[in-house]
Amino acid sequence: MLGAGGGTSSYEEIESTDLIVLWGSNARNAHPIFFHHLMKGVRNGAKMFAVDPRRTESARWADVWLGIDVGSDIALANTIAREIIAAGLTNDEFIRHSTSGFDEFAASVEEWTLERGEEVTGVPAEAIRQLAHDYATAETAQLCWTLGITEHHNATDNVLSLINLALLTGHVGRYGSGLVPIRGQNNVQGGGDMGALPNKLPGFQDVTNDEHRGKFEAQWGVDVPAEPGWHVTQMFDAMERGDIRAMYIIGENPAQSEADSRRTIDLLEGLDFLVVQDIFLTKTAALADVVLPAAAGWAESDGTATSSERRVQVMRKALDPPGEAKDDLDILSLLAAEMGHGWGMPTAEEVWDELRSLSPMHGGMSYRRLEELGGLQWPCPDEDHPGTLFLHGWLWEDPLPREPAPFSSVEWAPPIDPLSDEYPMRLTTGRRLDGYNTGVQSGGYRSPIATGGVIDLDPVDAADLGVSDGDVVRVTSRRGHIDVVARHRDGLRPGLAFMAIHWPDDADVNTLTLDAWDPKSGTAEFKATAVRIEPVQR
Amino acid sequence: MIEQRISPPKTRIDVTVDGSTVSVPEGSTLLDACNAAGADVPTLCYLETLTPINSCRACVVEVEGSRTLVPACSRVAEPGMDVQSDSDRVQRARKSVYELLASAVDLSLAEPETVRQMERYDVDPERFGEGWHRTDEVKIQDDLYIRDYDKCIMCFRCVAACGPDAQNTFAIDTAGRGLNSTIATEFDVSLPESACVYCGNCVAVCPTGALMFKTEYDLRTSDDWRPDDQHVATTVCSFCGVGCNLELHVQDNRIVKVTSPMDHSVTEGHLCIKGRFGWGYVQPEPD
Repeated sequence: MLGAGGGTSSYEEIESTDLIVLWGSNARNAHPIFFHHLMKGVRNGAKMFAVDPRRTESARWADVWLGIDVGSDIALANTIAREIIAAGLTNDEFIRHSTSGFDEFAASVEEWTLERGEEVTGVPAEAIRQLAHDYATAETAQLCWTLGITEHHNATDNVLSLINLALLTGHVGRYGSGLVPIRGQNNVQGGGDMGALPNKLPGFQDVTNDEHRGKFEAQWGVDVPAEPGWHVTQMFDAMERGDIRAMYIIGENPAQSEADSRRTIDLLEGLDFLVVQDIFLTKTAALADVVLPAAAGWAESDGTATSSERRVQVMRKALDPPGEAKDDLDILSLLAAEMGHGWGMPTAEEVWDELRSLSPMHGGMSYRRLEELGGLQWPCPDEDHPGTLFLHGWLWEDPLPREPAPFSSVEWAPPIDPLSDEYPMRLTTGRRLDGYNTGVQSGGYRSPIATGGVIDLDPVDAADLGVSDGDVVRVTSRRGHIDVVARHRDGLRPGLAFMAIHWPDDADVNTLTLDAWDPKSGTAEFKATAVRIEPVQR
Repeated sequence: MIEQRISPPKTRIDVTVDGSTVSVPEGSTLLDACNAAGADVPTLCYLETLTPINSCRACVVEVEGSRTLVPACSRVAEPGMDVQSDSDRVQRARKSVYELLASAVDLSLAEPETVRQMERYDVDPERFGEGWHRTDEVKIQDDLYIRDYDKCIMCFRCVAACGPDAQNTFAIDTAGRGLNSTIATEFDVSLPESACVYCGNCVAVCPTGALMFKTEYDLRTSDDWRPDDQHVATTVCSFCGVGCNLELHVQDNRIVKVTSPMDHSVTEGHLCIKGRFGWGYVQPEPD
């Protein structure tokens, strides 16, 4: 957020905050232990708003549920902003002191009256007004989101529209007030922190910055390319153009996790050479020329992972890996040796210590401290530093030590895949409590609450379609079709269907999704597919 | 306009424990005060991460001026309180508490701390003769955990963990009355039919082995549960980005149980179904 790629707050802050907005997040199922912290906040008297197309298990705990039409988040955020401004509830002192671009932003949202907001989002104007007023007047407020915000073609704009709300009200940079994206994988935060982004070196240092790049070049004794690379979605486009002919994939299953899987598989099959390093022979690994069996990072090797509250924690090896499987780090070191580079066989801690010497925000995080203290939250520049509970406290310093935080005027754009007479239903996707991603991991235990691959339908739609609970339906999008068992579920709305992503072998939902993606973040629009649903004749 | 985290220093109060004065922050319990004074006060139903439940009476202490003994775990300390943590009256009460429990419940798998306290108070499990014993079938309804209510002391830790103190699922509560009261799902339906979401947080807080992970139960049943041959490695759960610490209990290069540290700020010992039970993918079942 605001130039630092991490959530601003600590989990403990939500326990004592006054207002919680959970936006595009079914944390009770997808992030259950974060939801424990959230529930402490609710029990301590916090008011809670849930913004979600579905009245999820999380939304059921909210004081107010805003049942938003899929893909209208920016419209809602802009309407909330406009109402806060029109009602005179902005934090003018904070806006003057700590932000820039307010006038332009205010003009950009002027058209978003409550009436227009209701028309576009499907949320009653009164509920929007209530959220706007309560958020603006709360002493402290936590604005939390997950993939309901980011798995859209305009993901980055969605996030910017939420940041605008925090800037209007001063709900950032203070204990109890913050912007809280909860991350989907155990080390997706750490991956970004380590520079696994097209334009970043470890510690969010920029590859185009000569000084930053120079540090790494000096340490490694090689030139580091000064141009940003590609993110995954761009790589697949480059494969289509023939600009990428070989690929080395570590711990990712794009054959099943990428949108529009038929295209993805065609492109992978068309490569001259494909190497896959994974703990399983996934659908992607099955396409590879060479498969390198890897150890399971969290249980079979040492390392660190960084959580959604920027907490770096040590992971210790518990098990010996099976067969010939090796630690990812050892595989890379052995490959380097084959290529004539003498890296030796460094341990995870040795690599971490090098990282600490190059990434200022990790400087104080020795393994010893991480293990003694139950992890440390970055930035933690030196070994006397206690770690950082919340980010952007500088916004409240006088004089302001950096450039003020900019408002961003963002235009709402509807989902790429439009509803039509032929494809009249909106299909959205997500996680269930006991499943995870493409099911490669969560398929390994016998969950008594597993649903298998099913599509959830609103009872009204099911009745219109003549579909009973348990019937098989054919779901058709502009890209393909699948046959899947239908369930009647409360918490949807007519016109909205839901599928989890964990059972691609039962029902491959990514046959249906489209690969329209956000040009700024590379995230695909998994959340908004136009479909037609028909009973399968037996 | 600099705002900082504001936590005003707590007022401290003085309490006398076994004749010596200790100073504790306002709002502390008598148990906190006794611990601060170094007194050895047993607890059974109490757990740091749960709201005091007040069901077992093992922690009772004598407070000057109070007619009855008071539970130290929940009684808030007041300035000038004079506490006897191990008087004759307290000892007799604790001995009776443990003897009543031992007469009715199978305490063979109770926490080591409970065993130690029973030895300390010279507990005689036969004191009440044949009396009455719980005789429930072990409930095995899925592959994740079992319920053996012969071992249940009705401490309600599981109910608190399932309910308002952590999980907020409310799948279990007390059913029945008097001696026949037990912990049950709604209408005593089987677990898979109930509201249970299989976080296993009830199992993690059970002090007597009444709730047990199926892996541990199976190994114990086949007489192959060997704590001395186990090691524990602490790692981070591989599902989602919350960062829950997992303690992997490993025997013969196989995970046999997963817990989380009670004193860690992220989990307070609680997990979800994936973290607690979802590790099978690194450990295929033997053929």
